[in-house]
Amino acid sequence: MSSGTLYDKVWDLHCVADLPGGATQLFIGLHLIHEVTSPQAFAALDDKGLPVRCPERTVATVDHIVPTISQERPFSDPLAEQMLSTLERNCARHGITLNGLGSGRQGIVHVIAPELGLTQPGMTVACGDSHTSTHGAFGAIAFGIGTSQVRDVLASQSLAMSKLKVRRIWVENRLTDGVFAKDLILHVIRTLGVKAGVGYAYEFAGPAIEVLSMEERMTLCNMAIEGGARCGYVNPDQITFDYLKGRAEAPAAEIWDRAVAWWSSLASNDDASFDDEIRFDAAAIAPTVTWGITPGQGIGVDERVPISDQLDPADRPIAEEAYRYMHLAPGQPIEGVPVDVCFIGSCTNGRLSDLQAAAAVARGRHVADGIKAFVVPGSEQVARAAIKEGLDQVFREAGFEWREPGCSMCLAMNPDRLEGSQISASSSNRNFKGRQGSSSGRTLLMSPAMVAAAAIAGRVSDVRQLS
Amino acid sequence: MTETTAFPQGPIGRVSGRGLVLRGDDIDTDRIIPARFLKCVSFEALGEQAFADDRKELAGAHPFDQPEHQGASILVVNDNFGCGSSREHAPQALMRWGIRAVLGVSYAEIFQGNCLALGIPCATAMADQIRALQDAVEADATAEWTLDLHALSFSDGSTSQTISLASGSLDMLRTGQWDATGQLVARDAELTRTMEALPYLNGF
Repeated sequence: MSSGTLYDKVWDLHCVADLPGGATQLFIGLHLIHEVTSPQAFAALDDKGLPVRCPERTVATVDHIVPTISQERPFSDPLAEQMLSTLERNCARHGITLNGLGSGRQGIVHVIAPELGLTQPGMTVACGDSHTSTHGAFGAIAFGIGTSQVRDVLASQSLAMSKLKVRRIWVENRLTDGVFAKDLILHVIRTLGVKAGVGYAYEFAGPAIEVLSMEERMTLCNMAIEGGARCGYVNPDQITFDYLKGRAEAPAAEIWDRAVAWWSSLASNDDASFDDEIRFDAAAIAPTVTWGITPGQGIGVDERVPISDQLDPADRPIAEEAYRYMHLAPGQPIEGVPVDVCFIGSCTNGRLSDLQAAAAVARGRHVADGIKAFVVPGSEQVARAAIKEGLDQVFREAGFEWREPGCSMCLAMNPDRLEGSQISASSSNRNFKGRQGSSSGRTLLMSPAMVAAAAIAGRVSDVRQLS
Repeated sequence: MTETTAFPQGPIGRVSGRGLVLRGDDIDTDRIIPARFLKCVSFEALGEQAFADDRKELAGAHPFDQPEHQGASILVVNDNFGCGSSREHAPQALMRWGIRAVLGVSYAEIFQGNCLALGIPCATAMADQIRALQDAVEADATAEWTLDLHALSFSDGSTSQTISLASGSLDMLRTGQWDATGQLVARDAELTRTMEALPYLNGF
């Protein structure tokens, strides 16, 4: 059993009571809601005649269903319009802050909460979205929940939870040029598999993690769930505190030093014990691309699609399914695979540094003929910052479309989607069958720089080889 | 859509009904309910849309479309079922199609929690045991199976297999306390005490 880890400390501080069934009632410090997984929760609350327990600890935005070309109301999709107006009504009725379209604060929920300074070390964060693990980048215990649990948090600001085990993912050395946090997490998942993390929280630590920016840490923790770990986290340090200082909802100057002192005390102790530890070498990781239909089916860009016989017997059926679905042959190099659509954005890779990395590749080059390429900033703040640096112009001149903030083609609950069996190079987080809106659409996951390189070449390319 | 019984309520000691096999590891919630069907403010219509894309691809050959499986209520799956998105729409779609219990090797955590919140047991057995049970369930689509949460068994009278459930879930299902809201709301004084002791709620 783990002890002395950040997870243990934060868990203990938030325990309300032991419940009869054996679960723990855990206080939730920050509850984030959006239009897709909250309407039924509010309806259930009404059915039970319950108020929202802590409206001031609940924050809403709209991201999944918003169009990224025109965000004028009413939306042309009446179902999307209904979802948004339902959220607006629920927030108004219960006194919940909604960071809506045009507020200057709207965006993907896992982008806006950090950039507003809402997400802070030592909090418990819950949201009806599996990528809530993102917020663990700050040393928070953050996890996705279903709609019945959204109802529970609204009603009681707490959840019935069971404690997870803690696995430390220790990463030595440093990532090399052209290799990003996205490649690191795809490499971890490829190595451990998509279910290795079930029952665990992942602590990411070691020299390679300590030098990552907050945005890179968010990318890393965002995809912990793709490895089965409901939450992933990084211990808070000076990089965390520097990121938070001065943000709108971060602690004010007069209490800042006390906040930093408390946050610092939460990091895992030097003698903390973990349930498990696995070590990686950051320097050995190449730009990584998925070839299959789970985020665990990844390979270095210089590798070939694995041959079934070389795989663990348990992995063969899904590999066979992936060859068929992806129209890729075992043994085929992934580099050079032609793509149709290139998508830069999402809660994984829709932040300013992601756009900067992609723009560095796009600058002075042009998207290949016949390729649809588009950039979707993760939030209104990200869009403003990118425009201020002229990144929108860099992308436009290179032949990319520049869009309005939202989840976009990560999950295609909005007009952005693949058609037929189109294949995308995507900076998002899931390559499941049908994920990007077409039941035969295909997704290759990679870093934003690699997506930009694919857009320029019209095929999967090694971004390190672009001079 | 073959809703045969009422949605789960109160203590759940056993689930009886016909079985239905869905083979494959890592079946994600995007497959159980594609994202386009999440554009709704109520769960009511989701039963018909369960596995919509897989069913379309298999053109009638998907287990959820086969006539002999209509009305089945116990789903037997393989490893890491329900991975991916946290959407409760996935277990809601299964429940509204008629599923009242799931038996498999393992489940993604959020999916399992969502099932528990609906009163749907997610039972487990070893991989080879599950494969044998899948064969047995497929051999006779008319057989009545019982998943017994007290005896911890899955049986049709001739074949019987010991099953497991996480102890917390098991107690909550057996005692009818799987709908957590009431318990959580009842401990408001303790909640207030927890809040009063948290540095970030009290100026550090």
